[in-house]
Amino acid sequence: MDSSALSRRTMLQLAGAAALPLSSGILARSAQAATAGTLTIAYNVNLPSFDPTVGLSAVNPTIQSIYQAIFDPYIGQAPDLSFKPGLLTKWGWNADRTKVTMELRKGATWHDGSPVTPEDIVWSLTRAADPKGGNPIQFVWSKVGNYKVDGNTITGDVLEFEPTLFKWMAFLTGYVLPKAYFEKVGAEGFEKAPIGSGPYKVDAFERNAFLRLKAHPGYWGPKPAFDTVVFKFVTDPTSRVAEIESGGSDVTFEIPYEEFDRLKAKSGLAGQTKPVSDIAMIFITDIAPMLDRNVRLAANHAIDKKAIVDRLLKGYGVPISTLEAPGYAAFDPSIKVSYDPELAKSLLAKSGFSPEKPVKFTIQTTRGFKPKDYEMIQAIVGMWRKVGIDATIEVYEIAQHFELRARHALAPAAFYNWGNAIGDPSTSTGFAMFGPSPHCAWKGKDTVERIGPLWGEKDEAKRIAGWKAVDKYIAEEGEVIPLFQYVQPIIHKKGLKVVSQANGMILPQLITSA
Amino acid sequence: MRWGEIIRRLVLIPPTLFGVCVIVFVLLRVVPGDPIAMMIPPGASPADIDRLRAFYGLDQSILQQFITWLGQALTGNFGRSISLHQNVFELVLARLPATLELSLLATLIATALGVMVALTGVYVRGRRLEWAIDGGIGVFLAIPDFLWALILLLLFGVLIPLLPISGRIDPQLDVAFRTNFYLVESLLTGRLDVALALLQHMILPAVALALPFAALVARLLKASLAEAEDQDYAQIARARGFSRPAILWREVFPNALIPTVALGGVQVTLLLGGTVLVERIFSYEGIGNMAIDAVINRDFPLIQGLILTFAVLFIALNLAVDLLVRLLDPRLRHG
Repeated sequence: MDSSALSRRTMLQLAGAAALPLSSGILARSAQAATAGTLTIAYNVNLPSFDPTVGLSAVNPTIQSIYQAIFDPYIGQAPDLSFKPGLLTKWGWNADRTKVTMELRKGATWHDGSPVTPEDIVWSLTRAADPKGGNPIQFVWSKVGNYKVDGNTITGDVLEFEPTLFKWMAFLTGYVLPKAYFEKVGAEGFEKAPIGSGPYKVDAFERNAFLRLKAHPGYWGPKPAFDTVVFKFVTDPTSRVAEIESGGSDVTFEIPYEEFDRLKAKSGLAGQTKPVSDIAMIFITDIAPMLDRNVRLAANHAIDKKAIVDRLLKGYGVPISTLEAPGYAAFDPSIKVSYDPELAKSLLAKSGFSPEKPVKFTIQTTRGFKPKDYEMIQAIVGMWRKVGIDATIEVYEIAQHFELRARHALAPAAFYNWGNAIGDPSTSTGFAMFGPSPHCAWKGKDTVERIGPLWGEKDEAKRIAGWKAVDKYIAEEGEVIPLFQYVQPIIHKKGLKVVSQANGMILPQLITSA
Repeated sequence: MRWGEIIRRLVLIPPTLFGVCVIVFVLLRVVPGDPIAMMIPPGASPADIDRLRAFYGLDQSILQQFITWLGQALTGNFGRSISLHQNVFELVLARLPATLELSLLATLIATALGVMVALTGVYVRGRRLEWAIDGGIGVFLAIPDFLWALILLLLFGVLIPLLPISGRIDPQLDVAFRTNFYLVESLLTGRLDVALALLQHMILPAVALALPFAALVARLLKASLAEAEDQDYAQIARARGFSRPAILWREVFPNALIPTVALGGVQVTLLLGGTVLVERIFSYEGIGNMAIDAVINRDFPLIQGLILTFAVLFIALNLAVDLLVRLLDPRLRHG
């Protein structure tokens, strides 16, 4: 036989050689468990940018956990949404709300070892307020200016009163950045080698793959339990489940509830859930047939929110009647929109509609953007059909939703989820229901008149009471359909203690060994 | 392919790319989905929205935007990513090597598997094993790469956790690279431990991409081998006493390879397209994974840069395949 002939034996040898690396023990080590001293989090979104004050990522609530590990917000936020000292130890207005005063913490340092100064605070606030700076929340930061520094105390003039100013200092774009370093390296340089004053500093970053952080030895707060934190960017939920199940990650979240129930029952894993400041809702647009109050109210009363939560979300949700979830500053448990299909039928009958002669409109929804979003709308359409509403489902992408909403071109009903990490009514009911806001679908003049005076209300108790009254009015008029508050599922290895945050953040600095 | 044909193809590249640019540029701005609408915070006024639109240059007409972009692109500046805040060209160049290395590995695996299966299939022609091989090829062709990715992820990530299931390299490794061709660089510099670590991360996504392509290669090559084996020259070789494996390998295989390369080579572009979902599933840091985020965020400059990159790759691959066929087929060289 010719020596170079392709014999059966040769082929088997070749196949065996090819399979060798797969079967070798060398590869087995790669499915590693977390190394001691290292915490690995399978994270659900990629990190687009290291500048927490500019562009899309600055207003993406999901990314803030990473930012808060690297950068310090001006003001801290406790797990229950209450506010606590951050880099600022004191803050407030003067009596007539014409000046703000802030006091910088002593001893805080940047990751390069240089001290955090009041000039850093002033520079960060001024940069955020610059209309050409690209800060999406610029309209808040621009309401204060003319800062003066005296020791560690900073004062500023209130150019326009903004009651939520200090609340924003704990959230989106409310971060202190290093003036001297940023000016030295520029925006591009900062993207490549960012420094902050938070508990962790950037050690390695592979875009779309992982971010490795090391504990900042000069951090002013409690020393984090883990010296190294790895955020693995695992955007696919199935892959996140596989990550935690294979032992490749220590913590993950935002996984299907069915998988959560399965995983938490496994040995070596533990699960916890907590309602977060994110709600499911249906926008109602002020176009026909929603201009008919009976139709709006019928659409509200026909939905059995508890059944949706129990059957579709396996109980992981809290039904709500207003856009204020429990824990928000203006939450009022006395406002109830009951599930009452008979009432819905009678309301529709007043307008000449019935199951035989239904009112027709389109409802838009995402599919797969939030857990069971499409299935939920299917269930709601089924409930509506029984009382005399014939709704057609139209699926859209979330990007389309934003554009349609900004153009006031949403369908009569449109499913969405609304986050409100600072828990203030202005950032829930306010922006969702105030006509001039680009986020508002219902532009009713009556609601605009009720909300208008609250924007500049300086008496906090009066302001909150005012928002509660607005929420009651909106519920009575059926101008929006609040559905439920989301519950965040977190799966982690046993032996870890994960502190759930009501704003949905997974902060590595708060994760410890149990 | 004659040289004149090659020159004609080269000349057509710039207008083709220009056409791609125009279509992508216009489509992105016409279809629903606006990057500014994505980043409007609660409470932004129409003036705030206009300010952001102007900041990203989206306040101009589509024609003005295109002229500005084209003028910059001709100087190598493809704009700045809206979501990543970095130069698009640098971003794509940094991530492209990861995708190229993955695609190359997948192509090598697919070719090796496809050739082995095809040779075996022809060798056992007429026997029951051939039916089994044909059935297997059909199954592997029917399952798309992203489903293979999920199957492999659950199989080797969860059920038999042998291999890492996310990323390109172990986050715990402290390795410095001079280029973004991590695998090639580590092999060339003799850092075999690093190369092995990289291969561990690449093997599952590469196999997921390779399996449907291997089935395609196997089907095409097997049919060509069977046809070539029935030709006179193969029969004569057999009459002269050569063994069948020797005839298959030496005489039949080189001739059967030409149609397989011509048809299968073009399919490499499909494999490249498959990286988008497979990279996502395995959190692999290539341009496919980046493309999904760019689309979600409606990052116009980045989407334009990525599609242009894919277009260049597809054109280059098609040209390379044609040249390879010319190299393999003496009739084309001397015709």
